[in-house]
Amino acid sequence: MHDSILTYAKSRYLWVALALGAGALAAYLWHDPGGPPNGGTWLGYTLGTIGAALIVWLMWFGVRKRSYAGGIGTLRGWLSAHVYLGTTLILIVLLHAGFQLHWNLHTFTFVLMLGVIFSGFFGVYAYLRYPTLMTRNRESATRDAMLEEIAEIDQNALALADGIDPKIHALVLRSIQNTRLGGGAWTQLRARDGSDLALASLHEAMAAREQRKEMATSEMPTMFAMVDFLAGRATDKQGEAMRKLIDLISRKKALATRVARDIQFQALMEVWLYLHVPLSFALLAALIGHIVSSFFYW
Amino acid sequence: MNERFKIAIIGSGPGGLSAAARAAERGVPHVLLEAEDHLSNTIYRYQKGKFVMDEPGILPLRAPVPFKAGSREEILTAWDEAAARLKINVRLKHEVASIKPLAGGGFEIKCSNGQTLAAEFVVLGIGLQGNIRKLGCPGEDLPFVQYQLDDPDEYEGEVIAVVGAGDAAIENAVALAKQNNVIIINRKDEFARAKKANEAAILKAIEDGTIECYYNSAPERVDALSVGRKKGRMILNTANGKAQILLDRVIARLGATAPRGFVEACGVVFPSKDPAAVPAISSQYESNVKGLYIVGALGGYPLIKQAMNQGYEVVEYILGHKVEPADEPLLKAKFAAMPGFRNVEEALARVQKNVRLLAHITPLQLREFMLDSDIRTPKPGETIFRRNDYTNTFFSIVEGEVHILIDEQRNQRVTLKRGEFFGEMSLISGRRRSATVLAGANCVLIETPRRSMNRLINSVEAVKREIDQVFILRAVQSRFAAEVPVEQLAEVVANARLERFKAGDVLFHEGEIADCLHLVRSGSLTISRNIGGKDVVLSYVPAGNYVGEMALMGESRRSATARAAIATETVRLDGESFKKLVNRVPVLRLKLQSEYRQRAAANLAMQAAPEGGDIISFLISQGAGEATDILLIDESLCVRCDNCEKACAETHGGTSRLDREAGPTFASVHVPTSCRHCEHPHCMKDCPPDAIHRAPNGEVFIADNCIGCGNCERNCPYGVIHMAAKPPKKPGLIQWLLFGRGSGPGEAPLEPKAKQAATGKKAVKCDMCKGIPGGPACVRSCPTGAAIRISPEEFPAYAQSRR
Ligand SMILES: Cc1cc2nc3c(=O)[nH]c(=O)nc-3n(C[C@H](O)[C@H](O)[C@H](O)COP(=O)(O)OP(=O)(O)OC[C@H]3O[C@@H](n4cnc5c(N)ncnc54)[C@H](O)[C@@H]3O)c2cc1C
Ligand code: HEM
Ligand code: HEM
Ligand code: SF4
Ligand code: SF4
Repeated sequence: MHDSILTYAKSRYLWVALALGAGALAAYLWHDPGGPPNGGTWLGYTLGTIGAALIVWLMWFGVRKRSYAGGIGTLRGWLSAHVYLGTTLILIVLLHAGFQLHWNLHTFTFVLMLGVIFSGFFGVYAYLRYPTLMTRNRESATRDAMLEEIAEIDQNALALADGIDPKIHALVLRSIQNTRLGGGAWTQLRARDGSDLALASLHEAMAAREQRKEMATSEMPTMFAMVDFLAGRATDKQGEAMRKLIDLISRKKALATRVARDIQFQALMEVWLYLHVPLSFALLAALIGHIVSSFFYW
Repeated sequence: MNERFKIAIIGSGPGGLSAAARAAERGVPHVLLEAEDHLSNTIYRYQKGKFVMDEPGILPLRAPVPFKAGSREEILTAWDEAAARLKINVRLKHEVASIKPLAGGGFEIKCSNGQTLAAEFVVLGIGLQGNIRKLGCPGEDLPFVQYQLDDPDEYEGEVIAVVGAGDAAIENAVALAKQNNVIIINRKDEFARAKKANEAAILKAIEDGTIECYYNSAPERVDALSVGRKKGRMILNTANGKAQILLDRVIARLGATAPRGFVEACGVVFPSKDPAAVPAISSQYESNVKGLYIVGALGGYPLIKQAMNQGYEVVEYILGHKVEPADEPLLKAKFAAMPGFRNVEEALARVQKNVRLLAHITPLQLREFMLDSDIRTPKPGETIFRRNDYTNTFFSIVEGEVHILIDEQRNQRVTLKRGEFFGEMSLISGRRRSATVLAGANCVLIETPRRSMNRLINSVEAVKREIDQVFILRAVQSRFAAEVPVEQLAEVVANARLERFKAGDVLFHEGEIADCLHLVRSGSLTISRNIGGKDVVLSYVPAGNYVGEMALMGESRRSATARAAIATETVRLDGESFKKLVNRVPVLRLKLQSEYRQRAAANLAMQAAPEGGDIISFLISQGAGEATDILLIDESLCVRCDNCEKACAETHGGTSRLDREAGPTFASVHVPTSCRHCEHPHCMKDCPPDAIHRAPNGEVFIADNCIGCGNCERNCPYGVIHMAAKPPKKPGLIQWLLFGRGSGPGEAPLEPKAKQAATGKKAVKCDMCKGIPGGPACVRSCPTGAAIRISPEEFPAYAQSRR
C-alpha cells in the first residue's frame, strides 16, 4: 500500500546497499595490496568498476522515468534502490581510491559525485517533507481554484475602489499589477506577493481619514467644518467601502500567500533536480576522463 | 371523410424514413408523420458537425435511402434529397397524439395539430429520445425560449434564465455565465440530481454570485415584450410569492418524457416496469396490436443502420413479401460453428428447444439475442472461464456438458448438462467469477454479453424468475456444499428470498434480535458499530459474502450494524431453517465459528484505530463502494510531479484519462478523478453499439466500435470519460531526443486540427493499461509510491495501515 521510498518493500534496498558496502569494506580490509591501497590494484579496479557501473545505472533512472509503457518494476522501486545504492557509492569510491585524495581530476570527479549525492539527499528530504506541508497549505482547494478566487477578488476590489476615489483606484490597480505569482526561480522560492504595499497604503489612507473626521468634529464651530460634516455622510459611505476594500485585500493577501507558498513548495521539490541532473552529466564526463587518464598516464 | 392510406409511418428517424422510402419506391399509398419541422429529429439534434458512425460495420445496409459514416450535415442533406427524389409523402409538424384501431380494420390517427387520418397499417418509429419537456406554461414556444444549447459561446452580454436542475441545465448555466448574466431556476431546494462535480460547480457559482439562483420556484408564464431593451420577461412562482425577471433568453433543460406512455396508450404491452424493457415484437416487427409495427430504437435496436434495415423489411412484410432479414448472413456465419448446422431457422429452433430459459422469448428476441451472442464449441477439458476472472458474459448450454470446479484443491466438481446455464453469478454481482468452468464432451455453448442478457432479463419476466431461482440455489450450495450434503440445504433454499436496499439503508441494527442472514448478491455493505456515540465503520463486505450468521448461532443479538454502501441486493436466508441446519451439521458450526473468530479479530483491530473507520467512510462517501479498483494518492507522498498523468497520456494517445489534482482529500488520502472500474459500470448503461466491456482482469474499457454519442460521458457519475479524436503517432524516446521529432514524453501531441474533425471523436477512458505488461502506468511511473490502485476489499487493511 502506501509506503515512502525509504520504507518501500520493507526497505529491501537498504539491506542490499548495506550488504554491498559491508562486502566492499571487508574486501578492503582483507586485501593486502603490498603498498598503500589505491585505484590501481586489482581490488581498486574492481571497486572502481562497480562504482562506474553504479553511476551509469543511477543515470539510467532518468531514462526509466520516461519509459512509461515499458521498463521493469515500478518507478518507486527504482527510486528506492537509486537512493540507497547511490549513497553506498561514497564508501565504495573512497575504498576504491584507498582514501587517497589529491588535487587532481580524479578528486574532481569524486567531488562532483558528492555534489550529485548530496543534492540527492536534499531531494529525499524535500520529497518526504514538503508534500504534507503542501497539502496542509492548500486546505483542499486546488491551485487553480485559488488563482480564480484571487482574480475575482481583484475584480471586486477594483469595482469598489472605483466608487471611492481615483487615487485609491490607482493604488488597487497598481497592487493588482504587482501581484505576480510564480515568476522567476528566485521569486518562486521566496514566496511573496505584492499586496502588502497596497494594504499599507490603504491603512494609511484610512488613518488619515479618521484623523480628519476627528478634527472636523472637534472644531465644529466653523462653517467649513459644518459643510464638511454634512458632506461627511457621503464620506462615511466611502469609509465603509474602504473597510470592505481592506477586508477584500486582506483576504486576497491570505490567498496569495497560500498560492505563493504552494508554488514555493513545488519549486523546492523541483529545484534540486536542476543541480542533481546537470551535475550527474558532468560527473559522467569527468568519470570518462578519469578512466581514460588512469589508463594512459598512470 | 378522413384521408386514408395503406401505411402510416410515425416518426421520420432512420427507421421511419427508410420505411417511407421503401413504401414510396413500391408505390404504396403512405404517409410519413413527423412531429418536428424537419426530418429525423434525433440526428438533427446531434451536435453540429458530429461525425456519425455506421456501426456495426459487418451489417450490410438495405434501404432506398443512402447512409454511410460522415458528418451529421452530410447525412441530413442526403436524407432530405432522398425524401424529395422518392417523393415521400412527408407531413412535418404532425405530432401523433393517439392511434386507435377502427372497427372495420385499420387505425385512426389523431395528431395534436387537429388533423386526423386513417391507415390500414401503422409503423411506429418514434425512437427513444422522447418528447422534450417544455416549460408547461404560457409562452413556452416563444422564439427566445429554447430547449437546446449547441454552443454557449454564441451568446454574450445577455440575461439568460436557465430552467432545470439536472446536469444539462447546470452545464449550460455554468458555460453561459462566462459571458452572460445567468439566472438558474430550480423547482426544488437543492441540486441533488446532478453529478457531484456539477453540483459543486453550480453551488460555487451561486455562492460567488456569478449565477443567481431561484430555489423552490417554477415559471408561471413567459411574455414577449415589445418595448424596453429586453426581449421578454418571465413571471416566477417562488416560495415567497411572485417574481419577475426581464430577460433576453430562456433555456429550459427539463429532460424528455419517455415515449413509453404514448406507446402503451396505443395498446402495446411492455413486459415489465423496468425502463430498459422493450415491447415484445414478432420476427416481422409486429407488436401485440395487430397491424401495428415497431421499428428502430423503440423496438430495442439502437443503431441507425439497424433501424434503416428494419424500415425496409417492415414494408416488405406488410406487403406480404418474404425477405431474408439483413442479418441472416450474420446469423448463418455464427451458427456455422455449430455441429450439424443446416439453416438458421432450424438452428434457432434447436436452441429454443434445448435451452429451457430461452423457450420463453419471442422469435425476434431470439434472433437479436443470437446476433449479440457467440456460439462456442470448446474442446473437452478446455477452460471456459477461470475463477477470479472479471468477465460477465452469460452462457447457455445447447449441447453437451460443462464441469464447474467448486473446490480446486479437492477437485470437487458439479456437472451441468444440456439446457442449463451458468455465469449468472458474475452477471448479477459484477464481481469476479466464483469458480472455474471446464468444457465437457460435445460442448456447444451460447455466450451472451452482459447488456443483451440484462435486457432479456428485464424484458421477460419468466427469464428473470428462473435465473433468480437458480441463483439462490447455487449461492447457497456453493457456500455450504463443502460441509453439507445438497439435500439438507433444500429447506434453507425454499425459505430464501431476494431483498433490495438503497444506498444507506440498514439491513439490521446493532443490538437487534437476529432472525435471518444475508448473502450479498450485488452491491456491498459496511459493518459498523456505535462506539462512544459515533458510528465507526469496521469493515466492508463485497458481493458474494454472508453477513449476520453469527447472531444466529450463539448470542442472538446483532453485534454490529450492516448498512448498504451502494444499491444492494441480498438473498435473505430465514433464521429458523438456518439454525436447524447448523444444529444438524456440527462441521458447519465449527467452520462458521473459526471464520467468526477471524472476523472478530479484524474488527477489534479496527476498533482500536477508529480513524481508520473514518477513512473507509470517506471512501464510501466518494462512491468507492461500487468500485472494483480505485486510484488513491497519498498526498503526504505525492510530489506533484504529474508523472502519473504524463505516463497516462504517453500510453494512451496523448490524452491523460486521469486528473490527479481534481477530487476530494481526507486525511491525506486523495481520490483523483479517474475511473474506478465500477462493479456495475454506469457508463455501460446506454451505449448504442455496446462498445463498453469488462476484460478478464476487471478493466472496463471502450472498444473501437464506439460511435461517439456521448452517453457514457453523461452516465458516468465520476466524470472520467472524455470525447477525444485519435491523435497522430508520436516518435520514440530516442527519436525525440536525438532528432527532435514530434512532441516529447508527456507533452500533448502536435494536433493537426483539420485531420481530427474528419475521423470524429470517440469516448476515451482509463483501461487500466490492459495491453501493457506490468500494469497501470500511473502507478508504475509514480516515483514516490504516492499513487496506488486498490480494491474495496482492501479498504480495511489500507485504513489500518494509515496511522
Ligand atoms: C448523441 C447521439 C449520437 C448517436 N450517434 C450515432 C452514430 O454515430 N451512429 C449510429 O448508428 N447511431 C447513433 N446514435 C443512435 C441513433 O441516433 C438511434 O439509434 C437512431 O436515431 C434510432 O432511430 P429511430 O428511427 O428508431 O428513431 P429516432 O431517430 O429517434 O427518430 C424518431 C423520430 O420520431 C419523431 N417522433 C417522436 N414522437 C413522435 C410523435 N408522437 N409523432 C410524430 N413524430 C414523432 C421524432 O421527432 C424523431 O424525428 C446516436 C444517438 C445519440 C443520442
Ligand atoms: C572503471 C572504473 C574506474 C577505474 C578503472 C579507475 C581507475 C583508477 C586508478 C587506476 C586509480 C589510481 C590512480 C592513482 O593512484 O593516481 C584511481 C584513483 C581514483 N579514482 Fe578511480 N577508477 C574508476 C572509477 C572511479 C570512480 C567511479 C570514481 C569516483 C567518482 C573514482 C575516483 C577515484 C579517485 C578519487 C581516485 C584517487 C585519485 C588520487 O589518488 O588522487 N574512480 N582510479
Ligand atoms: C552519483 C550518483 C547519482 C546519480 C548519477 C544520480 C542521477 C540521477 C538522475 C539522472 C536522475 C533523474 C532525474 C530526472 O530525469 O528527472 C536522478 C533522480 C533522483 N535522484 Fe539521483 N543520482 C545519484 C545519486 C542519488 C542519491 C545518493 C540520492 C538520494 C539519496 C538520489 C536521489 C534522487 C532522487 C530523489 C531523484 C528524483 C526522482 C524523480 O523525482 O524523478 N540520487 N538521479
Ligand atoms: S467510466 Fe465511470 S461509470 Fe464507467 S466504470 Fe469508470 S467510473 Fe464507473
Ligand atoms: S506520479 Fe505520483 S508523485 Fe507524481 S503526481 Fe502522480 S501521484 Fe503524485
